[in-house]
Amino acid sequence: MSRGETSINPVILREGAEPSGKPAGQGGMAKFNRTRRGFNRHLPSPPTDVVRTVLHLPRRRAQSNRRRTLITVIVAATLLIALVIAGVSLSPAAMHTDFSIKSLAPSLEHPFGTDWMGRDMFQRTLAGLSTSVLVGLLAAGCSAVIALILGTAAALGGRKVDAVITWLIDLMLGIPHIVLLILISFALGKGFWGVTIGVALTHWPNLARVIRAEILQCRESLFVAAARKLGRNPVQIAVSHMFPFVFPQFITGLILLFPHAILHEAAITFLGFGLPPEQPAIGIILSESMSYLSAGLWWLALFPGLALLLTVFLFDAVGSNIRRLVDPHRSQE
Amino acid sequence: MLSFIARHFLKFVLLMLAASVVAFVLVGISPIDPVQANVGQAAYLNMSPEKQAQLHEYWGTTTPLWERYTHWFSSMLHGDLGTSLRFNAPVTQVIATRSINSLTLMAAAWVISGILGFALGVVAGANKGRLIDRAVKAYCFVLASTPTFWLALVFLMVFAVWLGWFPLGFSVPIGVAASEVTVLDALHHVVLPALTLSVVGVANIALHTREKTIDILQSDFIRFAHTRGESPRSALLHHGLRNLALPALTLQFASLSEIFGGSVLVEQVFSYPGLGQAAVTAGLGGDAALLVGITLVSAAFVFGGNLIANVLYGVIDPRMRKKTLAEKVEASHV
Repeated sequence: MSRGETSINPVILREGAEPSGKPAGQGGMAKFNRTRRGFNRHLPSPPTDVVRTVLHLPRRRAQSNRRRTLITVIVAATLLIALVIAGVSLSPAAMHTDFSIKSLAPSLEHPFGTDWMGRDMFQRTLAGLSTSVLVGLLAAGCSAVIALILGTAAALGGRKVDAVITWLIDLMLGIPHIVLLILISFALGKGFWGVTIGVALTHWPNLARVIRAEILQCRESLFVAAARKLGRNPVQIAVSHMFPFVFPQFITGLILLFPHAILHEAAITFLGFGLPPEQPAIGIILSESMSYLSAGLWWLALFPGLALLLTVFLFDAVGSNIRRLVDPHRSQE
Repeated sequence: MLSFIARHFLKFVLLMLAASVVAFVLVGISPIDPVQANVGQAAYLNMSPEKQAQLHEYWGTTTPLWERYTHWFSSMLHGDLGTSLRFNAPVTQVIATRSINSLTLMAAAWVISGILGFALGVVAGANKGRLIDRAVKAYCFVLASTPTFWLALVFLMVFAVWLGWFPLGFSVPIGVAASEVTVLDALHHVVLPALTLSVVGVANIALHTREKTIDILQSDFIRFAHTRGESPRSALLHHGLRNLALPALTLQFASLSEIFGGSVLVEQVFSYPGLGQAAVTAGLGGDAALLVGITLVSAAFVFGGNLIANVLYGVIDPRMRKKTLAEKVEASHV
């Protein structure tokens, strides 16, 4: 778990504070002993016994926080990209039916088992996940653009525009997400566009609010006031001062939208308002598995759902770790 | 006080109006033909044109949108939300019977997740950095990524199919007359859905309470309690909990929207006849009146939760009285 913290005592703190990438070796140990002597002069000199010294070594990280965070991001992102590529390339194979191997329990050959039409569930799951991820990415991307436009307009467009957009945000948040998704998907005749536009139109309010608050805060700041006094025009100020200020929030907000978008896509497809049954989608797989649960085909539901959980978790890890990298308040957590 | 009530009443009316217009327009522009959705494509094609026209008349697809809306609006003012074509009963009646089921489910989940989440949050925050804290955090982060409907499926497989402790679905036993259903039967059926919803709802409240606990344990009044000789445990119990309970309660009220969303999915998995399942049925079957009705009820439900949270915030913290709920929730997360 990357979020874990090790307990630190004051002695170690002095060492832990310096960002060193080198592993704890003999040099670090000698320094540790020196520091300790400096703190407690009345203590006898530290034990020379190697085993005991090693046991009393502070738990140290081989890498600095930020590098660890960055590595987590890269690993998670690579896994996700690999998943999408594998899923897309497996899509045709995933639809292949073979009734001689139907309803097989998980085995080495079919790690996730096969369904009642002899389709390999591992391939189907990967294909379904990649569809869900792509739909989620598209929808979350559109949603973030909407949030950026409306958030900026609310912050810079004057009181009336602000009031209208704030009210719109309240309205969107006033109706449960799922109900709104059902309504929009229904209005668009379900299917791919129904769910994509539905998710895109429902996920912007929180991010829009964050962006609005950020821009408002930025507009009041001294550096913007100074730039204005120096005679820079609004466009220049927006590009060179406001954009860098809001951009980190926007990027992390965008990435943290992905997990929500993917979960909601799967949920709405599961309910029957999303992707059509002939497409490989996680929601479809899970809703079809419901008919076979009482027949004991537990693997039809367990593994695809677990895979979805893992995917969402990876997206979340990417988002929250990037936030740690770009947010100065959290960068040393 | 009076202006507070007036302002919120006005807000409520505006919200209801907007929600009804949004729902009506969205349902109205849908290319899904309710007649075809209900009689089936094959049957529809074999029908005589007169019969088709008659059915279109019955489902009201021939009248223009605004006319339908004004008609609906005027009867809504008389307390009539129209007739559900899918359930063949007045919308108000369908919503009333299903609300009871849904409210039981959501109330149980709301209470259980609130208490469990609060307890976990306090324990984790008081033991920051220790094993139990990491376990609670890991649990919450995993839960936040868990699809509700999948968890419901897993519970169904484990507890209903495999262990056979609970029924597979519905709110009452199959093949038993409605008059013979006991409270125990109903409880037996609500356990699994409520459990699923509670488990999912824990994450948010637990993480929030954990942060708050850590903040409070670093505060001056806890330090003062320590210097007076109170044990950490007693300081937390007597000075901490009071400060933690109300924010958690308000957060729980503000999260009604998510609980409602979760209940839609859970009800679908467990075939539990509640509002959520009715919404799905109405959406799939093109039942416009019912869909609009449920949208309004759910919006009113969320509004009620937010209003209570708003009032509670004002009670706890006088500085908060002028802010909007959204700002408060954000402020409390920082």
